[in-house]
Amino acid sequence: MVKNSLIFIVLIGFAVLLADLFVGFNGNTDLNTLANHYAVSGPEEVGSANLVTAVVVTYRGLDTLGEVTILFLAAAIVSFLLKVEAGASLNRKLRSTSEILDTASRILVPVIFLFGIYVFINGHLSPGGGFQGGAIIASGLVLMLLAQPAKEVGHKLITLVESISGISFVLIGVAGVLFAAGFLDNKLLSLGKFGTIFSAGVIPIIYIFVGLKVGAELSGIITNLHENQNEA
Amino acid sequence: MENLNLEIITLITGVILVLIGIWGLLTQKNLIKIVIGFTLFDTGIHIIMVSIGYVKNRTAPIIDQSVNINDVGNSVVDPVPQALVLTAIVIGLGVTALMLTYVLKMYQKRKSLEINNYNDLKW
Repeated sequence: MVKNSLIFIVLIGFAVLLADLFVGFNGNTDLNTLANHYAVSGPEEVGSANLVTAVVVTYRGLDTLGEVTILFLAAAIVSFLLKVEAGASLNRKLRSTSEILDTASRILVPVIFLFGIYVFINGHLSPGGGFQGGAIIASGLVLMLLAQPAKEVGHKLITLVESISGISFVLIGVAGVLFAAGFLDNKLLSLGKFGTIFSAGVIPIIYIFVGLKVGAELSGIITNLHENQNEA
Repeated sequence: MENLNLEIITLITGVILVLIGIWGLLTQKNLIKIVIGFTLFDTGIHIIMVSIGYVKNRTAPIIDQSVNINDVGNSVVDPVPQALVLTAIVIGLGVTALMLTYVLKMYQKRKSLEINNYNDLKW
């Protein structure tokens, strides 16, 4: 009884904390100064049609580097904890995959991979970007592993893609210090014609590396969890 | 009822999700359900952040045919909370995967998902 009322009090406390948010909140009618600067000068300064991409990759590029690092750390801890000894074979009986799932996965997996690549290449023009594209690629891998549970996914390849794209991301940032205005500055390449695929300086290149890195990291997490299913 | 507009509805949805998440964290005994409670908490906060960045009658911060390039400041919503939420979703995913991994290791060790069976830190 005491416990229940304590939980109730904690919930009421959080509700009171959050109530401040919408008491007297009637929605915004204008952008604040910072957002207005990003919206008005963003297209000129960065050349990216997607302003969220401009904020994520250029204005707040360092934060994105930190975020990718956190994701790398999570993936590394998962693979450290779930390491399976080489040669530990599947010790559970699996039904064979149904015809529908098998055929559908054969058709859909390449399309899903292609769509993921499309999403991160067009991250500066349309909704999407490196993180979303990477997640789509990893979801294609989930479908593939559902259809063919015995398939081995190469950890070497995942590690290689992840390391190369991570290093390239940092190197592009350093090149920005040497040849342009600062770390991760996107004017390393010319801004190009606004709204075309070769525009916004190095943003597409950075997003391609981010997409590959996120896709590889999430694929690594999924593969590790998948390989551990037979032990439980 | 007339001030029950889009941003207020999404804000209230977010707050309700946060409260459900905290309730789940505090009351559930199953480790997987605790992780689900955490995820709901996370999602609620994302919805709150996006709804606070919303500006009335405006469109997504992507410059295409629906946005006049010379008047961007008066036609898009705030891009900063959206960028923050994009970051937060990815980190939330990583943290969830990490928590599920811990749950998996704990289950492999003790063959139990009940939090009451893990009293090593209790005094």
